[in-house]
Order: sequence, then C-alpha cells, then structure tokens
Amino acid sequence: MLGLSNGVNHSLELRIWSTDCGMEGTDTRHGYGDGSQLILAGRKNALQQRARILQEIRHFFIEKGYLEVETPHRIPTPAPESHIDAIPSDTRFLHTSPELCMKRMMAAGYEKIFQTCRCWRERERGSLHLPEFTLLEWYRAGEGYHSLMDECQDLVRYVATAIGLGQKIIFHNGEIDLCEPWERISVKEAFDYHSKTPMIEALKRNLFDEIMVRDIEPRLGKGKPTFIYDYPAERGALARLKQEDPSVAERFELYIGGLELANGFSELVDSEEQRKRFHVENEHRHTFGKRTYSLPDKFLAELDNMPPSAGIALGVDRLVMIFLDAETIDEVVAFTPEEL
Amino acid sequence: MYTASDLRKGLKVIIDGEPYIVTAFEFSKPGKGQALYRTKLRNMITGLSIDRTYREGETFEPASLEERVMQFLYKEDDHYHFMDNESYEQIIIGEESLGEAKSFLIDNLNVKVLLFGERAIGVELPNFVNLRVITTEPWVRGDTSKADFKPATLETGHVLRVPPFIEEGELITIDTRTGEFSKRVKE
Repeated sequence: MLGLSNGVNHSLELRIWSTDCGMEGTDTRHGYGDGSQLILAGRKNALQQRARILQEIRHFFIEKGYLEVETPHRIPTPAPESHIDAIPSDTRFLHTSPELCMKRMMAAGYEKIFQTCRCWRERERGSLHLPEFTLLEWYRAGEGYHSLMDECQDLVRYVATAIGLGQKIIFHNGEIDLCEPWERISVKEAFDYHSKTPMIEALKRNLFDEIMVRDIEPRLGKGKPTFIYDYPAERGALARLKQEDPSVAERFELYIGGLELANGFSELVDSEEQRKRFHVENEHRHTFGKRTYSLPDKFLAELDNMPPSAGIALGVDRLVMIFLDAETIDEVVAFTPEEL
Repeated sequence: MYTASDLRKGLKVIIDGEPYIVTAFEFSKPGKGQALYRTKLRNMITGLSIDRTYREGETFEPASLEERVMQFLYKEDDHYHFMDNESYEQIIIGEESLGEAKSFLIDNLNVKVLLFGERAIGVELPNFVNLRVITTEPWVRGDTSKADFKPATLETGHVLRVPPFIEEGELITIDTRTGEFSKRVKE
C-alpha cells in the first residue's frame, strides 16, 4: 500500500488525472463575464483534487479502524488559549477546533476517532490562513506523541500515493522526499541549528515566535518533512509535560517545505492541572487586552476519565496546498471570505 | 488609530514621527503562538524602505496626508514658493523635497502638493508640461551622419535629448514621468 515510489512527474500526473475526470479547464458553454466566476472556474481542477484527498484521508482512517465522528460546531465556550480567538455565534462560539468534544468522547470510552470539520479563528487571514478552514483531527488511546508522528507520516504518504503523486513531490520550487525516515528534531535543536539565539534566550527575551517565523520555519521540512517536538511547557496548554523534563511539553509540529501542517501532543488527562493551565491562559489573555473565556466545565469534569492518549490536528487546506504546489491557501478553496 | 490587524498594502501610518506606506504585508502565526504581521514599509519622505514585524495589539497613528492643488509662483535660492489655489495661502518647499519635479516647474504651473500635517513632502506634476528650449545646437540640414537626437537645455536648466529639428527658443512638451521629449508645440 505504501512506498510505491515511482518518481512520476508531478505536474504531468496531475494533468492526466484531471483529464480522466473529463472536466478540465473552463467550460466555454457558460459565458463567464464576471471576474470572480472566472477565478472560481479556474479552481475546478484544484477542487476536484481536494475532494479526492479528503476521500483518501477517510479511507486511511477507516482502514485503520478509526470511527469517523461529528461534533457540534457551536459550543458554549472554547478552550482558553492565549493566542487563539473564537468567533462568537449568538450566545455560543464557533469552535476553533473540535478538541474539547472529541476528548469528551475519548473520556467516554471511544478509543480511535477522527473528524474533518470546519473551524473558525477570528482575524486569522493571510496567504496561509483563512478565518474559516478545514481541520482533520484524530485521537488515539494508549499512545504517546511519537507514535502519533509515525501515524501522521503514514497518512501523508498514503494520500500522496493514493492520488498518484508517488513519494517525491515538488513544493515551492523544492523537491521533497516523503520516503521514511522523516526528520525529527527537538524545538531546542531547531533553534540551535537555524537561529543564532538559543531557545532559552529566545523565551527570556520574548522573541520565540518572531525567531520561529523568521529564521526557523522557512528552513524546516526542506528536502524531507520535519517534525519538531518538545515545546516549552507554556506552549502546550493542553499537552502532557515530559516526565524526564517537565520544562517541556510532549507536543510536536509537522513542517513540509517550510509550511506548518500539523500539531499534536500527548494529552494532558489531569483535570486539576488542566484547570490551572486554563486560568494561566486566561490571565495571559487578560494581559493582552483580550476577552477571557469561561472554563469548559463538562470537559474538565470528565477529563480524569480519559485514558492516556495522543491527539493531533492537521490543516487540510494546507495539505492540499502541498500536494498541488499552491502558492496561497486561496487557490485550494471554493470561496475565500473576500469572494463572498 | 489602527491596530496591527488593520495592516494591509497601501495603508499609511506614522512611525517615529514620519509617514510610511505599507508596500508588502504577510500575516504569520506559528503554531499556538501569537499573530505576527510582517511588513515592508516605505518612508514617504525619504523613499527608503524598512522591514518591520508587528505583534497583535500594537497600535499605529494613521498618517493623514492631504493633497492640495497649488500654483508654482517663483523660485528664490533653494526655496520654491507655491500658492494654494483655494485659500491663496502661500507655502515654501525646499529643493530637496521636490526631487526630480524641480526640473519641470515653470511659473504658474498647477501641481498637486502632498502635505503631511503642515509639511509639504512632495509634489505631483501634470503628466505633460510645456517648456522652452534655451540652448541647443542648430540642425545641419541634410546631415544624416548625426544621431537621431541631440542635447537641449530647457529654461529650468533641465537637459534632455530632442530630435535634431528642434531649435532654440521653441516650445516643447515633456513627459514628466520619464523626463523625455514628447512633441513640439505649434505656437
């Protein structure tokens, strides 16, 4: 099933594929007078491939015995996190990820679940961000974050093969080899390799994010995908701390061609600790002048019943970008917010 | 007042007391980290570009720039005197703020003056102005060995290349965007 590396030409393969669907290009029977209609028509090939990628993601999880679930998009309160803002919807909020509900399912005894859904994050808009985007999130009981990295790797390789790309892809002018093993380095090592400022220093001087964006991220996942793991403890509000070194959380991120694709961790399943962390996050929010959120009480009440698990969220729009070698996220969705 | 999330191409803001225009903009947000707004900004007075990264919540004063139509009156040393066509108020703009425009300023010419507060930071000329040639070599009829163009000096002191048939004292039209000869004016 995996490892069918045949090195086929990327763009050629995509072209054949779209011709097979018999719908390539702009349909001239319709007079596309309006510019926005032309843009939408021009995305037909990308949207066909997006649909196929979503189907293959489902195949992967179903074959592995996962249950596909759907949880509400509107929730009473989001998980308080310093830098993630939820969009209010009447008396509730649009979820920023399905994390809270899916963890409640895990606590109730569901052991392998996955979901693809729309999520909303206020004011996030750029060439890699949409305020409404598609997230794939999955949870697995009895596993830690390193085995979830393995599974994430299997997923990306499976989908690449299934859609006919093989194991070598071109993204943003660079070839990326999806064959195993993928690079795994700690966040501290990433700072050592790619920045003049060590991680500890960056945290002290409150430059962690700037250095990450400017110096580190663009160099990650070049040639081969890269996982960076063991984030500073304060950067994993819902992650378990590492037993051997409680200064870091068992959290990881996957980068392909400099693009951040997925974020996962060994789940924190201690409600008392989780409550404290939510309070700290709310304090940060207050300091930044942001609204604070009430605590998700039902989630906290049930969290202690959750078995040791690992969970991960993957940006589906960005996965499509990588497979299609898209320059911006706009190219892989039917409508951007500005086009509505 | 703008906040960082208002940043976009073309926005004009004040940084260290000077007006800047955003020429490039990228939103980034490392996983679970804070939103960062990476910008390239051009100083609207000096023309120099800088790269700056702003964090969510940072605020900016909008740079209010006003465009007013004024008439060029006269030049006195390095000082160029203009008059606001509506208020008849007179202002002086220093030579260094005029840049290339000074080569095409002729008495009574209407220009758009860009004001940052009280300060004039630039002028926008009409695309075409008529200026008189004060010196240029005469045209030797029948001489085909000469190049297609010859140098000419205008009444403002500006030197440009004109076709060989243009003579001293003639009025010509200049494209102020390129500084090049456009056509001969029939008087």
